[in-house]
Amino acid sequence: MTEFFQQLINGLAFGSILALIAIGYTMVYGILRFINFAHGDVFMLGAFAGFYLAPKIATVFPLPSIAGAIAVLIVSMLICAALGVAIERLAYRPLRKRPKLTVLITAIGVSLFIEYAGQFFFGAAPKKFPDILPVLPITKIGGLSLNSNQLIVLAVTLILLVALRFIVMKTKIGTAMRAVSFNPEAAALMGVNTDVVISFTFALGSALAAAAGILWAVNYPSIDPLMGILPGLKAFVAAVLGGIGNLPGAALGGLIIGVTETLVSGYISSTYRDAIAFAVLILILLVRPSGLLGKKEIEKV
Amino acid sequence: MNFRHAKTFLLGAIALGFLASLFADRINPYWLFIFYDIGISIVMAVSLNLINGYTGQFSLGHAGFMAVGAYSSAVITNQFGDLSFLAANGIFAVALLAGGLAAALAGLLVGIPSLRLRGDYLAIVTLGFGEIIRVILQNMDKVGGARGLSVMHGWTNLFWTFGLAAVTVYVVASLVNSTYGRGFIAVRDDEVAAEAMGINTTKYKVTAFVVGAFFAGIAGGLYAHSKQFITPGGFGFMQSIAFVVMVILGGMGNTIGVILAAILLTLLPEGLRMLSGIEHLPGLTAERPLGWIGDTRMIIYSLLLIVLMLTRPQGLFSLKKSSVQK
Repeated sequence: MTEFFQQLINGLAFGSILALIAIGYTMVYGILRFINFAHGDVFMLGAFAGFYLAPKIATVFPLPSIAGAIAVLIVSMLICAALGVAIERLAYRPLRKRPKLTVLITAIGVSLFIEYAGQFFFGAAPKKFPDILPVLPITKIGGLSLNSNQLIVLAVTLILLVALRFIVMKTKIGTAMRAVSFNPEAAALMGVNTDVVISFTFALGSALAAAAGILWAVNYPSIDPLMGILPGLKAFVAAVLGGIGNLPGAALGGLIIGVTETLVSGYISSTYRDAIAFAVLILILLVRPSGLLGKKEIEKV
Repeated sequence: MNFRHAKTFLLGAIALGFLASLFADRINPYWLFIFYDIGISIVMAVSLNLINGYTGQFSLGHAGFMAVGAYSSAVITNQFGDLSFLAANGIFAVALLAGGLAAALAGLLVGIPSLRLRGDYLAIVTLGFGEIIRVILQNMDKVGGARGLSVMHGWTNLFWTFGLAAVTVYVVASLVNSTYGRGFIAVRDDEVAAEAMGINTTKYKVTAFVVGAFFAGIAGGLYAHSKQFITPGGFGFMQSIAFVVMVILGGMGNTIGVILAAILLTLLPEGLRMLSGIEHLPGLTAERPLGWIGDTRMIIYSLLLIVLMLTRPQGLFSLKKSSVQK
């Protein structure tokens, strides 16, 4: 039983990272109706931004420290937010009125570009992410050993999700985001500047992906330019699982995928872990194509 | 594309492949293997074009079907030792067919969920199937798992590659140009309208997947018996993307364009490799002045894809605006 809870905590930590990435997919899909394939690579860029920033930030805040880790997290989120906006401006905005397939293929192109450019500039070999967090003694509760990093992942994810919920539900720009996602034409007629809203959505999603990248690198400190592919795909699966376009759904989907994958690799076979997310996806799409919390959309002629 | 003389074309291409295979031992082996790659790429791209281009279903898992065909055919031929010329080619034909059928079965499995899914969802499910096939192969110790499988016989030759490429082109072209095949294009152009006109869209989608997967399996068999060593990692997501790019570059639903794109994109990496290997250029003092191309060729490739989508989404070789661009 202890082992089960241990696996559950590992799964929740992994799942909350997936949830942060999944929210970026689901927000972009909610507004533009296309899969931003490059999102997993923004997650990778977040980790690398942290890698290159850490020595610079260490001159201001000594690392490892809590303040320094927060600084690394925030600066890396800002950098990726800017990158997300730039990607949308350069690659996706000119294609706004084009068929979805064209945009999807462009997104694949952007993803490949970031991966190969990353291999060229960062080097293809894995790098060790610096220790930015002080290692706290492992807490033991009734035989459960809680790793401080895992607790931090859970805490940071919770804070970011609450902040996101506040932005989307309470602020003016959040209301505009929901309006555009509900009906872009009507929102534009009501005076919502859709271009600004879309840029903001990309900034928000990319910042969350960067946070996920830093949290990932803190937990699994080996980073490489292709590290975004699989977590990106799994996070997309999580977004579909929760009902794409639905923010709480993406978070829930991330946690479900993370826990399922960890439990399966712990109890059944670790070599099959990469197939779990896709098997879950295919099952859910067969049974409930609109996802767990999604609304059913009917195609009108 | 209209194939009025399709049968003549088919016979001509097979005869040409047969004649060329007689002179194969005079061709530089390096080029011979590139020719095999071209033939295999044509089979893959043209069969994917049936799914993505003509039927309008976006499949991102074509390399998974190729893997099924490659492993199935290799497992069969590995049972045999050295054989006479006739027996070897007979066994090879059976193995290729078996690989194609195994892949077609996998295509049927992917086709069934596609009944309920459209566009992006289908793309991600096919991607998922491709990845699942890869993970399953990695866990099958009987075929070497992640270490890969050695294929004992290098039976792939020019006759088989170009003969089968011609058969693929012939089958796909005659299928979509037949009365029956209008249904594929109807499903692509407007699924709802096609259904309202009484077209069984489900049947067409599954047929496209099964036929496309069958030829991908055959291409896999050719690939396995050309490289003589296959690993599950060689049939990953990136490989599927490479075939999708061929279809897009050629213009979706444009068989001639897709063939040209398959040839071009197979030659492109070789060309860039040669450019980067040039020792000296007149007027330049640096050694290997184009060496940077070797390091950045994949970046160039991905940028090309983005620029192409921004400027010519209908493909390089398409004269008319594609019906995909509405």
